[in-house]
Amino acid sequence: MNRRSAFFVLAALATLLTLAFLFAPLLAVFTYTGPRELAEALGDQSSREALLLSLETTAIALAIVVGVGTPAAYLLASRRFRGRSLVLTAIELPLVMPPAVAGIALLAAFGPNGLFGGLVSAAGLELVFETAGVVVALVFVSAPFYLRAGIAAFAALDARLLEAARTLGAGPFRAFATVALPSARDGLASGVALAWGRALGEFGATLLFAGSLQGVTQTAPLAIFADFSKPDGFVSALALSAVLILVSAALLLGVKLLGGDRSIEGTVGR
Amino acid sequence: MSGGAATVTGAAAGLRARVRVPLRGFELDLELESRPGTPLALCGPSGAGKTSALRILAGLLAPAAGRVALGDEVWLDSERGVDLAPERRRCGLVFQDYALFPRMSAWRNVAYGIPAPRRERRAAALTMLDRFGVADLAEARPGSLSGGERQRVALARALASRPGALLLDEPLSALDAATRRGAIERLRGVLAELDVPTVLVTHSFDEAALLAGSIAILDRGRVVQRGDAAAISASPASPFVADFAGAAVLRGEASGEPGGLTLVRLRGGGELRSVDPAGGPVAVSVFPWEISLEPPGAPHSDSMLNRVAGEVTSLTTVGNRTRVGIALPQPLTAEITEDSAARMKLEPGTRVVAAWKASATRVVGGR
Repeated sequence: MNRRSAFFVLAALATLLTLAFLFAPLLAVFTYTGPRELAEALGDQSSREALLLSLETTAIALAIVVGVGTPAAYLLASRRFRGRSLVLTAIELPLVMPPAVAGIALLAAFGPNGLFGGLVSAAGLELVFETAGVVVALVFVSAPFYLRAGIAAFAALDARLLEAARTLGAGPFRAFATVALPSARDGLASGVALAWGRALGEFGATLLFAGSLQGVTQTAPLAIFADFSKPDGFVSALALSAVLILVSAALLLGVKLLGGDRSIEGTVGR
Repeated sequence: MSGGAATVTGAAAGLRARVRVPLRGFELDLELESRPGTPLALCGPSGAGKTSALRILAGLLAPAAGRVALGDEVWLDSERGVDLAPERRRCGLVFQDYALFPRMSAWRNVAYGIPAPRRERRAAALTMLDRFGVADLAEARPGSLSGGERQRVALARALASRPGALLLDEPLSALDAATRRGAIERLRGVLAELDVPTVLVTHSFDEAALLAGSIAILDRGRVVQRGDAAAISASPASPFVADFAGAAVLRGEASGEPGGLTLVRLRGGGELRSVDPAGGPVAVSVFPWEISLEPPGAPHSDSMLNRVAGEVTSLTTVGNRTRVGIALPQPLTAEITEDSAARMKLEPGTRVVAAWKASATRVVGGR
């Protein structure tokens, strides 16, 4: 056996091991959850509420992240200023922050007795034990994923394309919308997919900051944990998990296809 | 283009600029004027500040101080705090690598800057592409176009926006040698028809001589000589200009000859041979240091296939070499040592024979 094929065999083994390990839990969830259990899970009032709340809060959080994050990512990618690398590192800090720490930090900042709690209540907002608090937690944990992808996408943009647009009569807004955004589309789409995935799975920060009130702050992951904590709740927790996996997968695929992500196009045979 | 196309306000007006800006290692300090019908070439080696000059004109780079105006329309006046954004200057800029929008088809690239209602743009863009002979590529993305096709789309895009001035940054440098010859002739035709001031930037004196009516030689941010190509080549102001601004460009009609050589009958008289294949109207270039001068009727060696008689029009000594301007009647420049010039007793009006090899004669323009 020559060295090249020995390497190939080892790499193939590693790949098999990786895939088997990653797919084993997924396989188990769907083995235990037949169509009947899935239907039951969706029929259950609290599960349905949790799922809808998850979709609603993640959608709002993503809208905020994309709306505010896109121009911010563009500016951070295209301007050089003192302390820029420090800012870029700080943006990524929530990525490595344990979710429970994020929840505590959010409480310390925006909780009733937090650093900016006065500002929040002066604005007439209630966050703790409220749906708005879930959105705040989701934005906090998911925004770095989107910003990172967005900054990378805009940094790869050829600045002369924007200059060409300007000399052709486009103002900064039109140049951004017609040249910068389409060029960064793939990167932004994968940022949306990553951020949305992170938001859908959010657990710790939401639990600590907004609590787990059914119908108000109890998102699908929190409902799964609530089910799991009940005696004999394992099966319904599994069923809701299966639903959440399907929803996440559909969202991920949808966003990536919308963004024209080539790595995904290959896997779905386009 | 739709009715009343070409003539826009101030179209007959010249583009004038006087700007100063510190660049890496030196200061760009430039004064220029370009009138419609006489394209101006900023010509100089890499890093002389040519592209920065164009970017200042287009509004993409802010100078430390200066004034830029198209006719009576002031684009920049640092003393009065005027600095129009690029989109308000009506400046068509053709980028060095064309900077076509990669995700738009050719016609959408061209339509991008057309100042017309959205639904009229497609027809206008197609007309413009047709003018450049690439209407059949309207739906193609830039990535699938050849260099020559990209250049045409880029020109169509710049001109479709009805610019008040046209700026070209090394318009031919992204093309391979074979494409370049045809592209030069086409560009000449386009520039000749334009009624707006044109400034082009090139590191090649041949290109400047072919495309521009007026040349400014730029060295480290400063114009070291201005004039037309023949005058600069015949009377370089400094050794730098002499080294840089060499080639004389001659125009004529080419035809193939047995033996694989190309015969070029020069406009106004005389003929020469080149080893480059060509046919029809062409431009050829020859460097002054390739040419030797002889008195008429002198015995000659046979390796010089080209022998054209002419009259000395000027003598300029730069260092220990002398540039001799000759009328064939097309202007040609020879470079000889100061000694030879003295021995031959050259002076304006002297008849001489200019001799050089066919292999030193490059076909630079033509089909």
